[in-house]
Amino acid sequence: MPIRQDAKEKILAICESHKGEPSPLMVVLEEIQREFGYIPFDVQEMVANKLNVSVSDVYGVVTFYNFFSLNPKGKYVIGVCLGTACYVKNSQAVLDKFEEVLGIKSGETSEDGLFTIEALRCIGACALAPAVSINGKVYPMVAPSKVPSIIDEYRKLEEVA
Amino acid sequence: MALIEIKIEGRNYQVDDSLTVLEAARSCGYRIPTLCYWNHGHNSLASCRVCLVEIKNPRGSRLFASCVYPVKEVPASKGFEILISSPMAVEARKTAVELLLSNHSKDCQTCAKNGKCELLDVANLTGAETGKFIGEKTPTTYDELAPGLIRDTSKCILCGRCIERCKEATGIGILGFENRGFKTIVAPIANRSFSKVPCLQCGQCINVCPTGALSEKREIDRVDEAFKEGKYVVCQVAPAVRAAISEEFGHKIGEENGEGKMVAALHRLGFKKVFDVNFGADVTIMEESHELLERISKHTGPLPQITSCSPGWVNYLEYFYPELIPHLSTCKSPHEMQGALTKSYFAEKEGLDPKDIYVVSIMPCTAKKFEKERKENAALGVPDVDAVLTTRELALLIKRSGILYDELKEETFDPLMGESSGAGAIFGVTGGVMEAALRTAYHTLTGKEYAKVDFTEVRGFEGIKEAEIDIEGSKVKVAVASGAKNAKPLLEEIKAGKSPYAFIEIMGCPGGCLNGGGQPFVKPSLLPKEDKDILDTYLSKRANILYSIDERKSVRQSHNNPEIKALYESYLEKPGSEKAEHLLHTSYIATRERYPH
Amino acid sequence: MISEIRNVKELDEAIDTCTKEFEDKISGAHGKRAVLVCGGTGCLSNDSDAILQEFKRLVEEKGLANSITVNHVGCFGFCSQGPFVKIYPEDTLYCKVKVKDVIDIVEEDLVGGNIVERLLYVDPVTHERVQRQDDINFYKRQKRISLHGCSLVNPDFLEEALGYDGFKALKKVLLTMKPQEVIDEVLASGLRGRGGAGFPTGRKWQFAANQQSDTKYIVCNGDEGDPGAFMDRSILEGNPFEVIEGMMIAGYAFGAHEGYFYVRAEYPVAVERLKTAIKDMEKVGLLGDHILGTDFSFRAYIREGAGAFVCGEETALLNSIEGKRGMPRPRPPFPAIKGLWGKPTCVNNVETLAQVPYIIRVGAKEYAKVGTEGSKGTKVFALGGKVNNVGLVEVPMGTTLRELIFDIGGGIPGGKKFKAIQTGGPSGGCLTEEDLDTPIDYDTLVAKGSMMGSGGAIVMDEDNCMVDVARFYMDFICSESCGKCTPCRIGTKRLYEMLSKIVEGKGTKETLKEMKSLAAVIHQGSLCALGQTAANPILSTMEKFPEEYLAHVERKECPAHVCKRLIRIVINPELCKKCSLCARNCPVSAITGVPGKEPYHIDQNKCIKCGACLASCRFKAIHKE
Repeated sequence: MPIRQDAKEKILAICESHKGEPSPLMVVLEEIQREFGYIPFDVQEMVANKLNVSVSDVYGVVTFYNFFSLNPKGKYVIGVCLGTACYVKNSQAVLDKFEEVLGIKSGETSEDGLFTIEALRCIGACALAPAVSINGKVYPMVAPSKVPSIIDEYRKLEEVA
Repeated sequence: MALIEIKIEGRNYQVDDSLTVLEAARSCGYRIPTLCYWNHGHNSLASCRVCLVEIKNPRGSRLFASCVYPVKEVPASKGFEILISSPMAVEARKTAVELLLSNHSKDCQTCAKNGKCELLDVANLTGAETGKFIGEKTPTTYDELAPGLIRDTSKCILCGRCIERCKEATGIGILGFENRGFKTIVAPIANRSFSKVPCLQCGQCINVCPTGALSEKREIDRVDEAFKEGKYVVCQVAPAVRAAISEEFGHKIGEENGEGKMVAALHRLGFKKVFDVNFGADVTIMEESHELLERISKHTGPLPQITSCSPGWVNYLEYFYPELIPHLSTCKSPHEMQGALTKSYFAEKEGLDPKDIYVVSIMPCTAKKFEKERKENAALGVPDVDAVLTTRELALLIKRSGILYDELKEETFDPLMGESSGAGAIFGVTGGVMEAALRTAYHTLTGKEYAKVDFTEVRGFEGIKEAEIDIEGSKVKVAVASGAKNAKPLLEEIKAGKSPYAFIEIMGCPGGCLNGGGQPFVKPSLLPKEDKDILDTYLSKRANILYSIDERKSVRQSHNNPEIKALYESYLEKPGSEKAEHLLHTSYIATRERYPH
Repeated sequence: MISEIRNVKELDEAIDTCTKEFEDKISGAHGKRAVLVCGGTGCLSNDSDAILQEFKRLVEEKGLANSITVNHVGCFGFCSQGPFVKIYPEDTLYCKVKVKDVIDIVEEDLVGGNIVERLLYVDPVTHERVQRQDDINFYKRQKRISLHGCSLVNPDFLEEALGYDGFKALKKVLLTMKPQEVIDEVLASGLRGRGGAGFPTGRKWQFAANQQSDTKYIVCNGDEGDPGAFMDRSILEGNPFEVIEGMMIAGYAFGAHEGYFYVRAEYPVAVERLKTAIKDMEKVGLLGDHILGTDFSFRAYIREGAGAFVCGEETALLNSIEGKRGMPRPRPPFPAIKGLWGKPTCVNNVETLAQVPYIIRVGAKEYAKVGTEGSKGTKVFALGGKVNNVGLVEVPMGTTLRELIFDIGGGIPGGKKFKAIQTGGPSGGCLTEEDLDTPIDYDTLVAKGSMMGSGGAIVMDEDNCMVDVARFYMDFICSESCGKCTPCRIGTKRLYEMLSKIVEGKGTKETLKEMKSLAAVIHQGSLCALGQTAANPILSTMEKFPEEYLAHVERKECPAHVCKRLIRIVINPELCKKCSLCARNCPVSAITGVPGKEPYHIDQNKCIKCGACLASCRFKAIHKE
């Protein structure tokens, strides 16, 4: 899919803004990820050309770090913490339940583009274990039985919109 | 060079203190098993962990990767001792190999590297057991879409040599690591096929790969098929092949010019004719020097003119500098020219139908597997060249047929396109084409024969040499570069309109065809008889064979080759004639997509 | 607002003014009250920002803005009791505050002057309410050095940092100490790296100081990746100025004029606070050229991680800053010789740098009075898991595990029995009942088969299966392995597969033997510390809980009733009241019976061991075995 002109300009501007910094690849990719939610192939080619690194190197970096996504994520990114404190309080069952209700696996996005499930490393809300973070909002002490109602919350938002 | 005293296995030695433990041990007579290590630790990732040794000191013992560990850190004076075969080290090395094998294809018999696999070699050395650590395997990819190369990740050990080699040789860096942890693979971007990225097909990556993960696309079955179908199968051999073919039969590098035995073997293999592409090289010289003189005197094309006999290099130009295509000589590469002539000049002379002739080129090159399939290289409506076999494939063919190479009596190429000059011979070395062309161009302009060209390194540019030729008072500057990476500065100069050169020779492979992607592997660990610095010297050793062929030839200039003279007098008329244009010249594509969707 | 601190005089004036202001604030001078709301990520997740805004709104509404200051502060540490609101000068600590409680605090306490009893902390043993923070058991034993200022100063304001000992150490260093003297002082203090390895900080700086180079770097490792560890995050969120000061002192000591903070992308609040702090320091002249009018110049930059645990390893971290895949480099050469962009570099943990200003302020000798012979100073632990008081604890080295878990941690909830405490995260090991009186110190923990690690300490009880715990850690390591070297990339995967076999009842004693020998090779042969320590959880749990492993492989049983394939869920027919609730909750219809007539029975072939029946039974008729 060709990149929109305004997106192209934004990406070039991001590259330009970090030109003077040493080794700006990570910084540039992080900004692009935040801005657009993903870093597809064509964008990687643009960045490689602008920053004078090989395309393979850019791709190698994008696929190494969890934070970078090749594909667009869902509107609501459901992050289930699997850090030790949450794990010992059964957060795996919470993750399994999300997978079951949405019909997708961790790392995947639902067909309607609404939800992505991610297994997170510790997000530091250990006293609220098991913790689930959806688009930054943290849900404390989530039990598997609460999962359907959480998903409904977001579906209702979509209906209203 | 400062010395340091170290202790290995209970004995003390004095070694150069700038070495790694691996190199120091080697100088003391120990060859520690290695796998990912390559070329003086040039890009030693130290990742395979096969070269582990135990380093003991009064406070305890630890294992270290000897390929990167500086020997300066372990002086005997501080109580350090290097133990190569301690139980801990032996167990660790064995386990490292067993782990690699557990994630590796078990397809050894049909593997391209059967007999030359560094992993199997090291498995043998470390005593690795079969069937240990059975478990999940990393998802694999098998890519055979590109005409020249095959990538099989089920055999990749993630040594990273190919990644560095591509960057070093071409400057593009097609390959890279992708994903993380157990899912890591080595691939072109997004795990695409080589055919869907701007890969030059030069095969440099194949030459450094320790296993069968990277190999060339074999065409032996096509040749078998042609024989079966009763075609008139001829073969033609590149200059660089003869300088290296004997290595495939146990000879030391640079020891023997295999031309005589190779031709004998080819005759026994049943090829109706065995031609010398050095002849085609001479034709190329005739056409190319004519083209250059036309450009200089009549401005028929922009200067500098750049050679076009290296398909890897042509791929590079088409992908990355399509706007400079007018600078490329329109000459086909020697084997393509010769294929076209075989199917025209030779066919007519012998009364054969071009459609019945099957031309097999034996090349040091993998990019030529791609080149022969170009639509532009089919002068008579059929491909000029039908199959390309690498030097390695030729060796396989000879062995398969039971021919004992060293018992062969030398034979010579078949006439009518077997006669070549010394100029043709040196095509295989970087600078060779340039030198050959200059000999003929000089003669054309002055009527005199030129002495040896004196090249000097271009200051500030690695891998680029230049020379200034004095042609009856006019100075002509020429340059030579090998390895697409080294070509880039020259191309940028041309783009900026600042190139001082009239003629540039560019070879896709660093060092020229002698170092082609189809040549015998030079793997120090599998060549115990060679010097330990063979990776630094093998190219010049092979080059010496070609230079000595040149020197021993009575005819050293293309224009003096009697068969060439006959060709032009009786058939082509003159260089650049209409017939020559049709048969011997080609065109290029300015619209190649680097990453087609 | 301070506008210029470009020389010592201006610094002294700023410190004087700000200290007075801060003391006034805390002591309630001029009848003023101060409301501090916890703004650590844990409490933010529990609406503490809404609480802060509500306070501001109500204070404004009631016209009290002139006599009551409201601001957020860093992590209080006692996360299981948050969100926190602290009122000064009374030093009253309100716990588990909700937005709807704010009006009560404002009207009853701020206006009425009466403590809102119901929001005070209740001691679980005495059941009495405790008003003051320092009277709470959780806090009594703590000594806040790294957490200096956290939960006291507003991390967004340079003025508050200045008002609470900020930059006194920097002044002392720049004006009265030579670089070598600073290194000597830190060496004498005995400070060891708090990131996990415990390498003497002074020695690391000395290596870098010995290198001749115009360019050197100090890098602060904020890629705290151990699951369950959030010490560094709290320090950066609570008092970023302390860490910046420590970084500058380090730079001065060995000759670096540029510092890079490498912070996890998962810590956006910490990154924001650091950014603000750096910007404000640059504005007044505390960062840049000629700091405090001396020849010393220093600039700080922030680089974020992107979700790779291995980037906590110092050379992988450097590669990441250099825009590459975070794969570690072979050493030697060590970073102090050849580090960031090939220059001499020291990589120090957040907590380590946070200890430095204190060491300079009080002197090495004073600092060294705290801690043990081999490990000086304090350590911040993130206590979590099956323990009553989950949160951050900073204690002197030498505190015993018993004190940590039972006195400060409040013991195991639900009356369960203590089984083990895992320290050092996926690189560490577990310590058991017999180790409880071990004084915490780098070397003692290693001697007992674990390690200090970054400070994560997860408590486990009788309901945790140690084989399952080992498998959990191995799964983590597998997904975080960078993939470069053979033993870690393939070896940890194989170890995980062996552990999976064991928890599924397919393991044998031979499996245990294979695991042990493979673990040994991974430990000895891996390229970096991630791989080298990857097998620690397995080796440690095999060492301390051999019976549990044997139960899994010989009798195919899981004594803690955790490993799904090895447990059975059984209904006791004598206790069953035939209400059918369990059957209705079973997702796979594995339970049959007749309501009111026949006791219910679970078909073991259909049962997926989800435990829904167990959770639903009101008569305790169902149990695991």
